[in-house]
Amino acid sequence: MRRGSTALALGGLAAALAFPLLATRVTWQNTAILMLMTAQLGVAWNILGGYAGQVSLGHAAFFGAGAYVSTILSMKLGISPWLGMGAGAVCAAGLGVLVGTPCFRLKGHYFAMATIAVGEIVQAVVNGSDALGGAVGFTLPLGETGFWGFVFNRSKLPYYYIALGLLLLTVGVNWLVNRSHVGYYLRAIKDEPDAARSLGVSLTRYKMIAMMLSAGLTAMGGTLYAQKELFIDPNSMLSTSLSIKIALVAILGGAGTLWGPVLGAVVFTGIEELTRVAFGGTGRGTDLVVHGALLVLIAVYQPSGVMGLFTRRTPPAVPPPEPEAEFP
Amino acid sequence: MLQVRDVRISYGKVPAVHGVSLTVEAGTIAAVVGANGAGKSTVLRAIAGLNRIDAGSIELDGRPIHGLPAHRRVPLGMSLVPEGRHLFPRLTVRRNLELGAFTRSDKGEIRESLEMVLETFPFLREREQQLAGTLSGGEQQMLAIGRGLMSRPRLLLLDEPSWGVAPMLVARIFETIQAINRTGVAVLLVEQNVQRALSIAHRATVIQTGRVVAEGNAADLLGSELVRKAYLGL
Repeated sequence: MRRGSTALALGGLAAALAFPLLATRVTWQNTAILMLMTAQLGVAWNILGGYAGQVSLGHAAFFGAGAYVSTILSMKLGISPWLGMGAGAVCAAGLGVLVGTPCFRLKGHYFAMATIAVGEIVQAVVNGSDALGGAVGFTLPLGETGFWGFVFNRSKLPYYYIALGLLLLTVGVNWLVNRSHVGYYLRAIKDEPDAARSLGVSLTRYKMIAMMLSAGLTAMGGTLYAQKELFIDPNSMLSTSLSIKIALVAILGGAGTLWGPVLGAVVFTGIEELTRVAFGGTGRGTDLVVHGALLVLIAVYQPSGVMGLFTRRTPPAVPPPEPEAEFP
Repeated sequence: MLQVRDVRISYGKVPAVHGVSLTVEAGTIAAVVGANGAGKSTVLRAIAGLNRIDAGSIELDGRPIHGLPAHRRVPLGMSLVPEGRHLFPRLTVRRNLELGAFTRSDKGEIRESLEMVLETFPFLREREQQLAGTLSGGEQQMLAIGRGLMSRPRLLLLDEPSWGVAPMLVARIFETIQAINRTGVAVLLVEQNVQRALSIAHRATVIQTGRVVAEGNAADLLGSELVRKAYLGL
């Protein structure tokens, strides 16, 4: 089992590394980059939403924070977006603490609703602020190209490999969290919050750790997006529909599993792109109808996420035969 | 050791406990008994910090603790075994026990406690790697008690330890509670199984609809015709 999944992961990695060299059509490469970027956001969301069980519908705020911080630093101060990516992650983690401090007092649906409000507030603030580009946003200058400038205009390939690297980093952080004591605490908090508290586990502290990691990694995805599109505005970076998409990808794929969000992103983006190609020409939004219907089907028939197709359920709740005899 | 004075607790606007006082002396077993819905668990959860009190005070070793969040009360020497056990079903037996020692840092001492718990509940040893959710009701209760002991409490708060446990095992659970008490751990026991609770407790408090209606030596209460008839349904 263990060896099987390692082989699978290595095989998947090899395929991902080779893909853009074999699939040379730009549209395919573009779709693949989109999948990787979406997957990265889903995996980052999963640390908070999956492992800690705190469903955030405001992650676009962190995504936007990453994009805006790196963009402003590079436009105003000429700082490399690579450094901006780190700065964005730190700012987003700080924003996460600001958001978490009041919102972690809320539970379940109320937490989710509060995060929607946070996302909307951030969007409204940026929309109204000239210093942040207002509703018009920023068009990133085509200045220094190449690796250090983080702008590549000859080929999409560098973006593909950067997206892949960022996804691997995010999966790696997820894996480490999952294996560490923090991961056990998070699962304890998610399953039995009262029991965890009465053993001395501070819920807020561990939720906050999950929030900071999740927000920081999401922000790094935001910087990558900004550098790839070279245009950011509140509508594309901060909208609640983006927040919902991030959560959907992880939930459809299988929240709380390592690879679920990656799978979710491949399926979600795949459906999105295919329906657009197949039905997008009608101009009546047919693609969106089909896309939505497929999502409903997944939710109905595979409620534990696409990942549920590959893993067996957690062990049955049926207890083994009553073991009275075993007690001396 | 534990002093609860005139606490009032409500759920939203509905008052549930109207002024309950009780005391647990170091090294003894105290029981809180009463009918379903009398407010027993509510008081116990307030002592652990899971319910807020509207008025009154809770003191541990003379220090008021009712302002502290639940997780900061554990290091002061008490731990709660909640009603319905609330194990972490997707973690192994071993991890559940380790989480019980969350507030402690000395690895050697934690290992000692683990050994002690495994000696108290030998069946847990062979099930260390099994997921807690796959244990039977009685086994889960014992694991929950074991987990509660891992913080090495001086005061163990037990909420309905006979809940959902096969009748044959109930006696064993109560024997174990007595054995734990003999090692010097004070126990505050909330139970619907009045007969059993009073027969192992030193002192007892009878609660009815959120008020204390009788208090005293457990054996006396068990012997008092009036108390038995009026409040305990015996």
